[in-house]
Amino acid sequence: MKAPHRYHDFEKDISGCGVFGVIARDRELIPGDMPIKAMCTMHDRGNGLGGGFAAYGIYPDLADYWCFHLMCDDQVGLERAEEVLKHFFEIKEAQPIPTRRTPVVTNPPVLWRFFLKVKDARPKWKERDEKDYIVSVVMHINQNVPGAFVASSGKNMGAFKGVGFPEDMADFYRLDEYKAYIWTGHNRFPTNTPGWWGGAHPFTLLDWSIVHNGEISSYGINRRYLCEHDYLCTLMTDTEVVAYLLDMLVRRHKLSLRMASWVFSPPFWDDVARMPKEQQDAFKALRMVYGSACLNGPFAILVTAGDFMMGLNDRVKLRPLVVAEEGKRVYMSSEESSIREVSGTLDKVWAPKAGEPVIATLEN
Amino acid sequence: MADQKLVLDAKGVYYRQLNERIRDAVTGGVREIELNNVNGQRYIFTGLKGELSLKINGVPGQDMAAFMNGPSIRVEGNAQDGVANTMDDGKVVVNGIAGDVLGYGMRGGRLYIRGDVGYRVGIHMKAYKEKSPVIVIGGKAGDFLGEYMAGGSIILLGMFSDKPYAPICGRSLGTGMHGGVIYVRGPVPDTQLGPHLTSEPVDETDKARIREMVTDFALELGLDAQHILAESFFKVKPFSHRPYGNMYVPC
Repeated sequence: MKAPHRYHDFEKDISGCGVFGVIARDRELIPGDMPIKAMCTMHDRGNGLGGGFAAYGIYPDLADYWCFHLMCDDQVGLERAEEVLKHFFEIKEAQPIPTRRTPVVTNPPVLWRFFLKVKDARPKWKERDEKDYIVSVVMHINQNVPGAFVASSGKNMGAFKGVGFPEDMADFYRLDEYKAYIWTGHNRFPTNTPGWWGGAHPFTLLDWSIVHNGEISSYGINRRYLCEHDYLCTLMTDTEVVAYLLDMLVRRHKLSLRMASWVFSPPFWDDVARMPKEQQDAFKALRMVYGSACLNGPFAILVTAGDFMMGLNDRVKLRPLVVAEEGKRVYMSSEESSIREVSGTLDKVWAPKAGEPVIATLEN
Repeated sequence: MADQKLVLDAKGVYYRQLNERIRDAVTGGVREIELNNVNGQRYIFTGLKGELSLKINGVPGQDMAAFMNGPSIRVEGNAQDGVANTMDDGKVVVNGIAGDVLGYGMRGGRLYIRGDVGYRVGIHMKAYKEKSPVIVIGGKAGDFLGEYMAGGSIILLGMFSDKPYAPICGRSLGTGMHGGVIYVRGPVPDTQLGPHLTSEPVDETDKARIREMVTDFALELGLDAQHILAESFFKVKPFSHRPYGNMYVPC
């Protein structure tokens, strides 16, 4: 067969995803303009089919309530979801997520946020602890309520995401009006899963949120493994598994973030063979128990919860990641230029080693 | 416009516009360009030919000097990923650190980085007739340095590094290399080398080549060449030539 005429002559798509994150270790609130500007520097890493941000510290007056961001296909979906929420929670406040009409964001879903308190008399899952209860409700809505998805479910935090470039999403969600002590941003270039509102990053559960550049080739095995532990993947994007795996490994199984990183990016067997016997045994045990939670494929991820930000690469560093420090702030990004765009003089800039997490925590 | 020096402020200029302005100036006869406030713009000097010189103040974006054939570039700052991708000829000097996949498939010219570099630097480098690319790294390197290398030279100094506790290079140095040579200042642990590779002390011919390359590197970056050359160097070279030569056309 002959190749089509001038088959090589096409406008090449030069994208790859882009991630950016900043944590103010002293909890100083950073206006939304900053992460937006940083993401704009990496505009060409995405292709307009997904953008999003996570922000921590944005609902200080309602910090004791679980905040659910809901994404619904239509009003009916929202009503169905609200019924479910009423069943499981006392609703403190409910309101549309403030948005701005913009020409580039067409046909957005119905976006609503609920501040919730767990009912004293729970209708179901009575024996579970409060966080497991939240996880169960989120899984229930995403799996069983047609046309409704929970975009975030933490306290004093929220995820704002959708189809568009990150700057479009920021404009649409009016993120310039928020202030947060941790921000992460994502610019998406969907490769093998659809570019839809629920599939944009960040992926969240409880206070966890994840932004990811790369692809999780082990999605199938991770998803089946999570399913055995009552985590259901419904968002049609590989990154979703990372959020749920972290919740399982760190919150439920009490692994440290460092241990969870070894589960995700395990050392090579030849490196293990050179370790002292006790370490060898530990790494073999970790692999035997959590082999199905190992992440295969290229990734640079930023993981955040209320009190830290962690950057992690796959063990052969198939995606870029740069870390920088400036006073009490720590930045992590796909490109140094995005950090330079929003910082002054950086104290330190470096590219972390493959498979070794960089964890920046709040002071105190 | 010819023979004049062009100075541009790149702050906030989108990469396409910036590269258009550079190309228009070069077409108009400008031979010397200085760019200020560069921050993340991609493809700077990609594919440009001839005797041109460029100074960049800031952090250039991905694929700077890709396919470049002749010009020289000096970066006062750090560089990102993909510098000198498939470069044909010319010289790139980075007075800072640089990212991943530098000098990918490089076919000629020189790439000098003062500090640390990322992963997969100099992979698929090749040489042909009089063309033999050179990469000199003042700091330390990540994994897969010189992977699948087919020609040219990489010199790894490990001296001007921000990573005091890291080994001089990551794992899998020179994996699958079947041409060219990697010189390392000081011994390389065998565990850092790719399969079947070993390192050995350099001979007189190697020393002369190292001296020439290091002297030029030091001159460009204001470093003390004698101090760099005071340590012994080791070389890693391929254990086989054309390992797949018989695969499709058996001889």
